[in-house]
Amino acid sequence: MKITFEVTRRKSAQDKPYTQTVTIEAQDTTVAEALDIINAGELADDPITWESSCRQKKCGACAMLINGRPRLACDTRLSEFPKGVIKLAPLKKFPVVRDLEVDRSVLFNDLLTLGSWLEGNAQSGETDTAYDASRCLQCGCCLEVCPNFYAGGEFYGSAALAPASRLIAQMPDEERKRLSDAYNGHFYKGCGKSLSCRDICPAGIDTERLMVRSNAVAVWKRKFRGKKK
Amino acid sequence: MINIIGTGLAGSSAAVTLAGAGIKCRLISAQHSERAQSVLAEGGINAALDTMGEGDTRELHFEETMKGGCFLADPNAVRALTQGAPDIVRELRRIGVPFNLNEDGSMMLRSFGGQKKKRTAFAKSSTGKMIMTSLTDEVRKYEARGLVTRFPHHTFVRVLTDGDGKCAGVRVRDSYTGRLYDMPGRVIMCCGGLSGFFPGMTTGTVTNNGMAAALLFTQGVRTANLEMIQYHPTTMGIPGKRCLVSEAARGEGGRLFSEKDGKRCYFMEERYPVMKNLMPRDVVSREMYREMRDGRKTFLDMTELLESVWEGKLSDLREEIMHYFPVDPKKDPVPVQPGIHYFMGGIYVDARHETSMPGLYAAGEFACQYHGANRLGGNSMLGAVFGGMTAAKNISENAGSADGNTREITEFSGEEPFGCEASPAFMRGIGGILYGSLGIVRDEDTLRGALDELDRLSGTNAAEDAAKQLARAMLMSAAERRESRGAHCRADFPETLEEYRKTTVSEYRNGAVRITFEDIPEAANEDNI
Repeated sequence: MKITFEVTRRKSAQDKPYTQTVTIEAQDTTVAEALDIINAGELADDPITWESSCRQKKCGACAMLINGRPRLACDTRLSEFPKGVIKLAPLKKFPVVRDLEVDRSVLFNDLLTLGSWLEGNAQSGETDTAYDASRCLQCGCCLEVCPNFYAGGEFYGSAALAPASRLIAQMPDEERKRLSDAYNGHFYKGCGKSLSCRDICPAGIDTERLMVRSNAVAVWKRKFRGKKK
Repeated sequence: MINIIGTGLAGSSAAVTLAGAGIKCRLISAQHSERAQSVLAEGGINAALDTMGEGDTRELHFEETMKGGCFLADPNAVRALTQGAPDIVRELRRIGVPFNLNEDGSMMLRSFGGQKKKRTAFAKSSTGKMIMTSLTDEVRKYEARGLVTRFPHHTFVRVLTDGDGKCAGVRVRDSYTGRLYDMPGRVIMCCGGLSGFFPGMTTGTVTNNGMAAALLFTQGVRTANLEMIQYHPTTMGIPGKRCLVSEAARGEGGRLFSEKDGKRCYFMEERYPVMKNLMPRDVVSREMYREMRDGRKTFLDMTELLESVWEGKLSDLREEIMHYFPVDPKKDPVPVQPGIHYFMGGIYVDARHETSMPGLYAAGEFACQYHGANRLGGNSMLGAVFGGMTAAKNISENAGSADGNTREITEFSGEEPFGCEASPAFMRGIGGILYGSLGIVRDEDTLRGALDELDRLSGTNAAEDAAKQLARAMLMSAAERRESRGAHCRADFPETLEEYRKTTVSEYRNGAVRITFEDIPEAANEDNI
């Protein structure tokens, strides 16, 4: 199949963006694989910079805007675009490093401020929520579509909801206040419940369910009864 | 101050161990922990917890690990690993890893290859991701306390040495700016396996490019058992890589069969009536290879697995298979073939995880330790966590006052030949040569031919030259080991020979690669460990 890529590129954050158009002939594969083909072929002398690691939608590295939607390049097939045109651009809510690579430090800085860790021993009654929440890739797709999130704000979005939900499901009593306060201040108060995060999450995490469970414990002070496995 | 390169399981484990003891460290990595290859680990982590009423023991875990590795591993290191395993898994549960549990709240364990007892603790089929999430939060706790400082988007360039040839620091490159920095202090390297030497042909990540090992090798650091490459029996081809179908599928009852002219043959069950589909991976992959060579297609049949197993233990695996193939493994067998999955060999370390360069330590898949000629499923995550911990303990015990606590990071602006990258095209060239000669079955002629072919490949920078030297060491190691053992199967030398029960050591000196066979340490008296 013949596919035309329109790639938003720039040499550095300071440089002006420009669009480069490349057309390739490829079998149906992923956008990630197509980027490899482009970089090895037509653009071998000036390859497109982009982040990538696992190539099977388990690490979140290759999140980018694909025809305007934040997605993982390794989880997007060329055949999804019957018109044969795919527009690639860097995520918009993070500073651009180069081409499609963005600096997602804010994700990790927010988790640091949130206090995303356990001081005491995990309570293991509720493993289902902890499991679902632990699947978060920290790719940033949820923040990209969130109407309430902006980098540097007090609201940390679902990229913090997921880790916080794991901790809330497992928190020992002595950490109840610390984690509940952090959750209230950095998630509950700022969330407008658009649930766009749930629809976009490449890992398929049901953020609404995490919210319901975490709100119950951290906001409404209900205790999990914990389904026994 | 200790520098840790790599932030997967081994690097994170080292960081938590150091910080837990109040020792500061820098955690330097190309990408964040969420992108590390460790998140891909699926099936579980071994420990003789004996929660399934089968009378499992640490001794049996030791024996089966040694036997699975065809007696090529250091028995003292394996003893420490298997003794330490239960505490490690309990600690992982304490920090919140959502392991599957029995009704009574004890750890549920599953069967894995090469092991007669249920010994593998697991969180459905995403155990690596689950462990990494909890461990990354632990690291974060120490970041907040100023004990761990992360340097993401920084890649390894070279180890810095003092006048005596001891490790004194590390030079890294900020991939955002291209600038080079010298970080003083001792170094633990946990940079993963050699997937990058087989681009597109392994179950690993693309970040795991193998370059740190290549650069270190040409700095004179010795490597070991490079010929020992694990082909996992059950993988599927997906765009740009092999996708693992976890051994847990067979641990939970999945069956391998081959098919020709509509006739099925459950070859593992026929040939290995006791362990059946759960023989060690080297054995299963060889049998798969033979079936395929004889023109039969190979499949994994999971259609008899109970609904509760799919739901409670393998839900991610089913989703993954259905995502890539139009096959529902509940209803139909899945076509699978062996694929490169793990490198038992790597940087040569002693049981304390110190490399041949004093003051430089290595752990995880980056190091050659614990797995001998063939790794048992469930031992890789254990080896990574335990190895990182062991390296951290030993490096801190041996760190003197001259270890750079007061010295600052400095920018390096001089000439640095290693401050470059090997081109993807060059690595694909190397990959083609290695893949064609380091298959499941090897022979002298093919290996010699590959060495000639490698000679004709010329690098255009120091990184490419380094990659070529490490590739040469891999081929020479395979050529020099004139026997068959574990993952190294020689068509021309099918026997296992006692004289080769030694470590294959490669060294780069004066522009040439040299292979020697070194004795494996004697097992120490158990009381002394």
